[in-house]
Amino acid sequence: MSAPRSAASRLLANRVFLVTCLVATNVAMLVLAVLLISIFWQGWDTLSWKFITSFASRKPTDAGIMAPLMGSVWVCSICGLVALPLGVGTAVFLEEFAKKTRFTRVVQTNIMNLAGVPSIVYGILGLTAFARMFGAFGTNVEEAITLGNEDSLLFLRLPFGSSVLAGGLTLMLVILPVVIISTQEALRAVPGSLRAGAFALGATRWQTVWGITLPAAIPGIMTGAILSMSRAIGESAPLLVLGGLLLVFNTPENLMSDFAILPLQIYNWAGRPQDAFHEIAASAIIVQLAVLLLFNGIAVFIRQKLQKPLQ
Amino acid sequence: MQTESTSPTPPSAHGHHAKPLAAPHVHASGAASHPDAGTAVTVRAFSSWYGSFQALKGLDLDIPSRQVTAFIGPSGCGKSTFLRWINRMNDTIPSARAEGTLDLHGEDLLARSLDVVDLRRRVGMVFQKPNPFPKSIYDNVAFGPRLHKHYTRAELDELVEQSLRSASIWNEVKDRLHSSALGLSGGQQQRLCIARAIAVGPEVLLMDEPCSALDPKSTLAIEELIEGLADRYTIVIVTHNMQQAARVSDQTAFFFEGRLIESGNTESIFTKPKNKQTEDYVTGRFG
Amino acid sequence: MTALPTNSTARDITRLGRPKSVSARVLRERIIVGTLAVAASFSILVTTTIIVVLARETWGFFQFDEVSLGEFFGSTEWNPLLGAEKHFGIWPLISGTLLVTAIAASFALPIGLISAVYLSEYASPKVRATLKPSLEILAGVPTVVYGFFALTVITPLLQKISPAFGNYNAMSAGLATGIMILPIVCSMSEDALRAVPRSLRDGAFALGGTRFDVSVKVVVPAALSGIVAAFLLAISRAVGETMIVALAAGGIAQITANPSAEVQTMTAYMVQIFLGDAPAFGVEYKSSYAVASMLFVMTFVLTMIGQYILRRFREEYD
Repeated sequence: MSAPRSAASRLLANRVFLVTCLVATNVAMLVLAVLLISIFWQGWDTLSWKFITSFASRKPTDAGIMAPLMGSVWVCSICGLVALPLGVGTAVFLEEFAKKTRFTRVVQTNIMNLAGVPSIVYGILGLTAFARMFGAFGTNVEEAITLGNEDSLLFLRLPFGSSVLAGGLTLMLVILPVVIISTQEALRAVPGSLRAGAFALGATRWQTVWGITLPAAIPGIMTGAILSMSRAIGESAPLLVLGGLLLVFNTPENLMSDFAILPLQIYNWAGRPQDAFHEIAASAIIVQLAVLLLFNGIAVFIRQKLQKPLQ
Repeated sequence: MQTESTSPTPPSAHGHHAKPLAAPHVHASGAASHPDAGTAVTVRAFSSWYGSFQALKGLDLDIPSRQVTAFIGPSGCGKSTFLRWINRMNDTIPSARAEGTLDLHGEDLLARSLDVVDLRRRVGMVFQKPNPFPKSIYDNVAFGPRLHKHYTRAELDELVEQSLRSASIWNEVKDRLHSSALGLSGGQQQRLCIARAIAVGPEVLLMDEPCSALDPKSTLAIEELIEGLADRYTIVIVTHNMQQAARVSDQTAFFFEGRLIESGNTESIFTKPKNKQTEDYVTGRFG
Repeated sequence: MTALPTNSTARDITRLGRPKSVSARVLRERIIVGTLAVAASFSILVTTTIIVVLARETWGFFQFDEVSLGEFFGSTEWNPLLGAEKHFGIWPLISGTLLVTAIAASFALPIGLISAVYLSEYASPKVRATLKPSLEILAGVPTVVYGFFALTVITPLLQKISPAFGNYNAMSAGLATGIMILPIVCSMSEDALRAVPRSLRDGAFALGGTRFDVSVKVVVPAALSGIVAAFLLAISRAVGETMIVALAAGGIAQITANPSAEVQTMTAYMVQIFLGDAPAFGVEYKSSYAVASMLFVMTFVLTMIGQYILRRFREEYD
């Protein structure tokens, strides 16, 4: 600070920094553009209705994604059906019911940490807890206990093995912390004056939550839920641990069916040396990205159209 | 110092049922004009704390039935805190606790066994800022009653209409009962909140600076409404607006630094205060 | 009724309706609170089960004659599948993980931070409105897509630059991982920058600072702990990233700092095992649990520190 700096040099620094900023920010845009262009370049030609509706094949020209696409639908549906009530319930308990005790602080910290656990570790948990059930029912598929008719939708087998149900529950573990955290944020955005208004009318905590807080938080909760689901659709590492790369020729029929999922099919094809497989991998990625874009679009729509100002 | 409780506790010779319900309500003329006025809320040696901070220090006060009692005092004096004890809204603050006597018609409001849900049905509250629920006007009013009772469609319609009429807002909203309450103006929202509080059939209405977020015209509407409600409800209003206290209240209590300095007939508090601090405050020398 | 004056409507309305049962209300409230508390406890159960499963299986791994704790942390050789003699020294896998993470971090942290400064301090609302969604799309791209991108675009580009790059290399996987964590760095840093009170900026501007002076010398230092937390959480994500490295980094476990070399990360090794390269319940299979434990501990510590710093930061400005 001894010699006074010239105004020119300070303004120059300002300009240089602005240019750096623009470059850096455009890296993200550029990468996104290159990514999309390269994938469409490789995959557009092989993308067809036949590709979407065909089953797996050794020949890349005959192969399709029907089985993994339906597998993804099944697994993600199960995942959502379990994760959303469980996650919203946890968030409601933490935000609206629990006093700020040591226990709730531990639960809160724990959820933050669970959000940081690598997804492959959840795969190990799913493999042990759902697919093998800690070995409580033996380690052999032949020894498994079966409940119900194998043809029925509600057929159950203990342990679950590498089934649609085990896959959905494993993915549930991955997105549960995300659902909880986004729901908590949505609940926190509801003004406290609304809760006070309900309490002052003699509403119990639950009546306040059900009648006032949850309806007011629904757009935020739904946005978070959809983004969590788009995470679930793209997640592959935990299911790879759970079932490996299964070659599946059927769409799932019940909760105990084997399954493939779209991102693992992409992994499978991308890992092969032949260009022909890379092309159909890119085609599958286009389908995957289209689904994701649809989900993000719905989330943006909800955020903009349904999120009315509350006060 | 101690409270100079000049608050009259007029002996009510008549039973509750013998009250002449249509007694002419003479505004701001004190308890004398209410031959039926018993004591609604009895406060003796009442203190409260937030954690280790003592917010209220040894209050003694009688809040008369079916009159308007105003709590005045500079901000932070504890008047709102005290108001929130009367319907136990302070329960939502974990560190809040209280000692002493706080009775509503002889029922201990600090009792552990007290059903706060039922208490809040009997003691309604209107907040500083209008806080209508993000629902239709109809559902805002119907929310409270539905919590406590089963109604037929016709009963609920009648209840909503009566409540909105009592809050003098029926004529403004009767054609748009099912549109969002958030579309109303600030003053209308606040009257809707009063209708909402009335709908559950309370005995006492607590109002925490109900006009502080409103323009002068809406304030006037609310003040007129308070006057109109006073012969049916025991009203306690917190205000930092001295003119408002003088205009709407029968009784006034002056709070300062957690103590109740002086209470009594509004006219006498404003014209011949007994305490120097009260005099300084009501004449605008501080606060 | 008719005898009452008109203003007694309050009495009328209290007469309407049939009271609801208080005991039913109390009971319902209890059942609901109980159910929600059980839901909330589930997250604790998840953590406990992860720790128990990893600990039990890792313990099982160390019961094999071929392995010892000393070798696991002392040896620099990891070749459980090939060769006559199996070696279980974790360092090559850690080295591979750190190399990929370092490449990812040196790409994503500066670019993410500068983008965040731009978004928070310079960009007009219009620019933000186009940039934020693209970042959100980047954040939503499945990691397997980044893996494919690394393999089919980044690696061929690197090979054009230098013939030293093979088909699998740490650089390609690291860059793709960097792209993956870029949106996390950017959006979390931006949150931290925006949390800095306006008054601080106004004060700096009033002293005659240029926008550069204000953002780099005032706002960034004020938001530093929030930014550090963002960095730690992003690094933790890079450490745990699986599909990119499984596709693009290769399968040779070695200690190296050469970005053109083929490396195996902890996660890539786990993929290799669970894809069925080793017989289940053998020592190789169990070794993946020991690796998973290491991974869990590393990411857990990073997340813990990140969350701790973030909480302190939020307390500062709330």
